[in-house]
Amino acid sequence: MPPVSEPEGLAPERRRPSRAPRTPMPERDAAERARVFAEVGLGYTEEMARAEAERCLQCRVPTCIEGCPVNIDIKSFISRIIEGDYRAGVEILKERNALPAVCGRVCPQEEQCEASCVLTKKGESVAIGRLERWLGDLDLACELEHRCVPQAGPDSGRRVAIVGSGPAGLACAGELRRFGHAVTVFESLHATGGVLTYGIPEFRLPKSIVASEVGLLEEMGVEFETDVVIGATYTLDDLLGEEGYDAVFIGSGAGLPVFMRIPGENLNGVYSANEFLTRVNLMRAYDFPKADTPVWRGRKVAVVGGGNVAMDSARTALRLGAEDVFLVYRRTEDEMPARREEVHHAREEGVQFEMLCSPAEIIGHDGWVTGLSVSRMELGEPDATGRRAPMCVLGSEFVIDCDTVIMAIGTRANPLLGQTTPGLELTKRGYIATDETGATSKPGVFAGGDIVTGSATVILAMGAGKRAARAIDEWLFSDAKKLPRR
Amino acid sequence: MFPIVHARQLSDAVFEVGVQAPAIARKVHAGQFLILRVAEGGERIPLTFSDWSAEQGWIRFIFMRVGKTTHQLSHLGVGDSLADVVGPLGVPTHTQGAGRVAVVGGGVGAAVAYPVARALCDAGAEVTVILGARNAELLILEDAFRALPLKGLVICTDDGSAGEKGLVTAPLRRMCEAREIDRSMAIGPAIMMKFCAATTRESGVPCTVSLNPIMVDGTGMCGACRVSIGGETKFGCVDGPDFDGHLVDFEELMSRQRVYSDLEREADADFSRGCVCHP
Repeated sequence: MPPVSEPEGLAPERRRPSRAPRTPMPERDAAERARVFAEVGLGYTEEMARAEAERCLQCRVPTCIEGCPVNIDIKSFISRIIEGDYRAGVEILKERNALPAVCGRVCPQEEQCEASCVLTKKGESVAIGRLERWLGDLDLACELEHRCVPQAGPDSGRRVAIVGSGPAGLACAGELRRFGHAVTVFESLHATGGVLTYGIPEFRLPKSIVASEVGLLEEMGVEFETDVVIGATYTLDDLLGEEGYDAVFIGSGAGLPVFMRIPGENLNGVYSANEFLTRVNLMRAYDFPKADTPVWRGRKVAVVGGGNVAMDSARTALRLGAEDVFLVYRRTEDEMPARREEVHHAREEGVQFEMLCSPAEIIGHDGWVTGLSVSRMELGEPDATGRRAPMCVLGSEFVIDCDTVIMAIGTRANPLLGQTTPGLELTKRGYIATDETGATSKPGVFAGGDIVTGSATVILAMGAGKRAARAIDEWLFSDAKKLPRR
Repeated sequence: MFPIVHARQLSDAVFEVGVQAPAIARKVHAGQFLILRVAEGGERIPLTFSDWSAEQGWIRFIFMRVGKTTHQLSHLGVGDSLADVVGPLGVPTHTQGAGRVAVVGGGVGAAVAYPVARALCDAGAEVTVILGARNAELLILEDAFRALPLKGLVICTDDGSAGEKGLVTAPLRRMCEAREIDRSMAIGPAIMMKFCAATTRESGVPCTVSLNPIMVDGTGMCGACRVSIGGETKFGCVDGPDFDGHLVDFEELMSRQRVYSDLEREADADFSRGCVCHP
């Protein structure tokens, strides 16, 4: 179905700026939710969605669309909500985004579409993310045969392999199916979804939603093969050679967790955020011993970092029963890269913020963590990233009493594909080098998402996956490939 | 699902299982490992390949029944299947230009020592194998080793019920002192590898060890398998599992291996109560 656009002359009258305040989304009570894994945001009701949609000005030049990394026709889908034609709204979303229920939850809309909403200047933007989520959930709640499944294109006779079933791979897969290519997604873990499954916690993104969205791609004809590590089970050259794929997209994700290289980091009770979240989310360690994977449930937990992953870790630790959870960050709350909403939720649930603190050493006894020694920091001049650089205050060290430390300070590139793929050019930092379309130095191999950019967001990875899908489609029928269109 | 095509009990608590996994079997090299999940809800555990056939498409591993997962695994037979098997993971053992090598396999570590010794023989090395076990009953794979073109096979048991009475470090020390070996490989319990490293260090003979830290994903993503090598943190799954034994912080490794022992005992006790075998 083509994007819905209004015929000339029939555009509704310019709407008057709404005086109604932004419709809040109901949330589970902070005290109640801080101990359970059930989702925090409860979503709009139909009434709320209609009221919020009514706030949209339906601008002639909708700047919100430019603010969206995948350019969803936001104006039109909101217009369909106003009209009550929800199915058409879902179709508009899915034109551009294979995972609306996911993105409606985890996209940083306040920096993207909502930041460019005209109403932002006059107060509060339209809650575009909430509306996207509401439509996405509406679709998910339908029986499969009634769901909006984007149509796969006529069979092109071409086969594309995708490495990784996270946001980049899923977006790329959906798009390639629309073009009619056969798509197989290889996933190294036993479950699909990548970071949506192992990283983002249930209380922020229920796993049933990820599974349903992935199920829809299966419905479109995308094949998933779990338990396959590309670079180990098959090399990239195997895929392009004897496995018979015409092109490959690499969306293998962020990779290896970074540690601070301070004393005590290998004590028992020190986790990378990746390990901690994987144990709890993917392996369901919160359900031990019913689920077989254990996790150390700290009484006093220090989480180091200021991003969304740090917030997820801190809030997960609370839900595992911690009495105190400290968020240790070397700058101030203003410099935190985490979404405001996540910071707000973490604070509301009782995470204690220790700002302007930089860990110097993890202290232990008998092999186990007993404390985190930190130095007070003060902010100096802005550094290369524009953020004010923290500087250590001499003699300011103090110890945070804790039995668990979770390092959430980022990741570096996983070297596996680079090491096992001759001719695949990497950047200085070990990420895969691509042009703006996602093409790598190796013919027929494209890449996108965190393995190209380093840690970023779900939607940016999805945008990269979609862009690469278009480039792959072109490449498959280009002179370079020298294959006739079947 | 990965069908089980071979299952046999090697000793009281040691079992060998083979599964059909053609894609993996084509790629395995000695020293690499796999990660498996027995069933939905199960944990991911790493086990080193003990044997494989690229032609017939199967892989095998040997494990000791120590917790719930290995307990469940020990009850499976031909016709059953495993939910997940992924691999081959880790860097293969370096076998080229090996010269005269002693390969030490302690306990269930013999299962890993076997393909390593075989690969070294294939690469033209002069290989002496030292097998250690608590007693004759726990000794595994002796016949398989005897079928290899080894320079020698020395068997040690703690109680003298087979071969020499004593620890594997005694023959290892003799070989080092007599300058009969250029390097060594030790695979077994951390405490055994620690003492093999100490023994070889005295005479300056290199000693590679195959470490078995706790893992979750096995591809570098989680960092559970951190080990200290010469004061630097490495990941057992992607930087290893083989490391220079003279640089390994074994105390830290052993401490980290015990992180979940209380929880694991609880899970196994829970499982055993409902289990017919009551081990």
